[in-house]
Amino acid sequence: MSEPLLVVDDLHVTFQIHGGRAVRAVDGVSFAVRAGETVGIVGESGSGKSVTALAILGLLPSRGVTTSGSILLNGQQLLGASEHDMQDVRGRRAAMVFQDPMTSLNPVLTVGRQLTETITRHLGVKRDAARDRAAELLDRVGIPEPRQRLKNYPHQLSGGMRQRVMIAIALASDPALIIADEPTTALDVTIQAQVLELLREVVRESNTALVMITHDLGVIAGICESVNVMYSGRIVESNERHHLFASPRHHYTRGLLASVPRLDGAQGRLVPIPGSPSDVIAWSEGCAFAPRCPAVSDACRGQAPELTISPDDDNNGTLRCVQPAPVGMPVWSGR
Amino acid sequence: MSVLTRRQRAEQLNDPDVANSLTREAWRRIRQNPLAIVGGTIIVFFVLIAVFAPVLAPFNPRSNAWFDQIRPTSIPGPSRDHWFGLDEGGRDELSRLIFGARASLMIGVLSLGIGAIAGAFFGLVAGAFGGWVDSLIMRLTDILLAVPSLLLALSVAAVIGQSQTAIVVAVAVPNIPLFARMLRSSMLGERQKDYVTSATSVGVRRRSLVMRHVVPNSLAPMLVQASLALSTAIIDAAALSFLGLGSADPGVPEWGRMLANTTRLLNVAPHLAIFPGVAILITALGFNLFGEAVREALDPKLRR
Repeated sequence: MSEPLLVVDDLHVTFQIHGGRAVRAVDGVSFAVRAGETVGIVGESGSGKSVTALAILGLLPSRGVTTSGSILLNGQQLLGASEHDMQDVRGRRAAMVFQDPMTSLNPVLTVGRQLTETITRHLGVKRDAARDRAAELLDRVGIPEPRQRLKNYPHQLSGGMRQRVMIAIALASDPALIIADEPTTALDVTIQAQVLELLREVVRESNTALVMITHDLGVIAGICESVNVMYSGRIVESNERHHLFASPRHHYTRGLLASVPRLDGAQGRLVPIPGSPSDVIAWSEGCAFAPRCPAVSDACRGQAPELTISPDDDNNGTLRCVQPAPVGMPVWSGR
Repeated sequence: MSVLTRRQRAEQLNDPDVANSLTREAWRRIRQNPLAIVGGTIIVFFVLIAVFAPVLAPFNPRSNAWFDQIRPTSIPGPSRDHWFGLDEGGRDELSRLIFGARASLMIGVLSLGIGAIAGAFFGLVAGAFGGWVDSLIMRLTDILLAVPSLLLALSVAAVIGQSQTAIVVAVAVPNIPLFARMLRSSMLGERQKDYVTSATSVGVRRRSLVMRHVVPNSLAPMLVQASLALSTAIIDAAALSFLGLGSADPGVPEWGRMLANTTRLLNVAPHLAIFPGVAILITALGFNLFGEAVREALDPKLRR
């Protein structure tokens, strides 16, 4: 297999907050993405998935944030790179699609201006050529009558259209990596499916690497080849999609799956995960999920478990749990 | 805003004129606001008077040809020849009022314009650079805010001599910190918005980020403040002229000074106080109504 395009290694992000305390928002996250591959990062709010995304593009505020580890894009170290260097990386080699298309476009500029701005910035082409390219991009993301739409302001477009525009802007200079931070969360279900299909097409046609950040396991199932499950700033389980869905080992992953409705009716009531995400400020020893884990034991409260190759497993998954669920144990058992 | 049918909406999307709709939308709301119509009419009325003063005025405002009719105990009021009567110097009051509109509007608009532009410049620099530049500018505005504007006006007049320039400076300077702070704070607010992050994430450079994304979105409160502050500027200018800070030439008609000159004659010739007073009042009212309409048109919370 080819060399990974993006390698995140042991990424730590710590926020300094009032009173001198620190929040470990991202705590030792490592993953890699190859060209043409889609990697999912899934977790509930506050698990550190968006912070990871912002860190990759150097979009975290500089004050009160400390980062360590390594983020390599095609061998170039992005963590700690100068703002000047990062401005050339952003948009040109890696771009991001944000959650809320309603607020992520500038309300006072036409769609065309916002597209051509990025195009001229990175491709150094003339205005007319940039307009042609902009229309081409809108056409590519499935917006009808692209020439007309270029003259529109964001508020004149629907949410789905705006997210397509956001994707078009991200695609402006054919970046090798796209990070999509909950790109479908603010859209309704039919539009979600269309936007996911569009992203899938982009990955297939341009051999783009896609990092899909979401809390929606349905999105993961629909688009990702491999999945990293994050909890409290750490990856607790990662595996190929099929293995993860077929045989989730970490109790948090199992809890996530059990809380999602199934269409085949194999399940009665949805099972919520008890409690709420642990307060990352009040970091305790041991597994962060222990307070909510159904299979918790004394061993879980001692030392935090390391991320290791899943035991008793032959599919290269990794896992951060001292007593994982057995291989092949169905999520919806025992009810 | 009325509900559009799907077809109208589609037509609107394809119409390049309507597509350019942010300013148009605001403009449409202003035109539909009766207060704006009243205010706008008043403003246009006075502007026309100021512009066409030489044509409109029945007499030369400096001519005291009727001085022989002035007695210490009686000054002729409105008559067929002199609609607004004569003033204490035997000049035609109406002609002086008409020419006075020039001074009042010019001084008001000019001083506010200078204050707003200078303020916007400092606010822009503070908001764009942040850090110590921001702190320095904000402390300077604190100092400016601490100086009483009347004292400032008197000192400016003392330095450059009694003139209309002194009034312009005196009205402009206190506006600088107001506009600087306003632009800075709305820029700080806009900088946190998602579209700025998303523009950053595709590599838009800092300068275009500030000039093309942050500033245009931060201007609405400035426009509102400017249109509302115009009436205050006109009143302030009249007040300073009332206090004797205006042109050194007493022949130059200014509403504020016309008012001041008649304070001793209130019981003899009340019309000399009423006419300039009403002129100031109506002009200020016009700008105020219009400013309010601009605010309503630009404030997203008030959009119907």
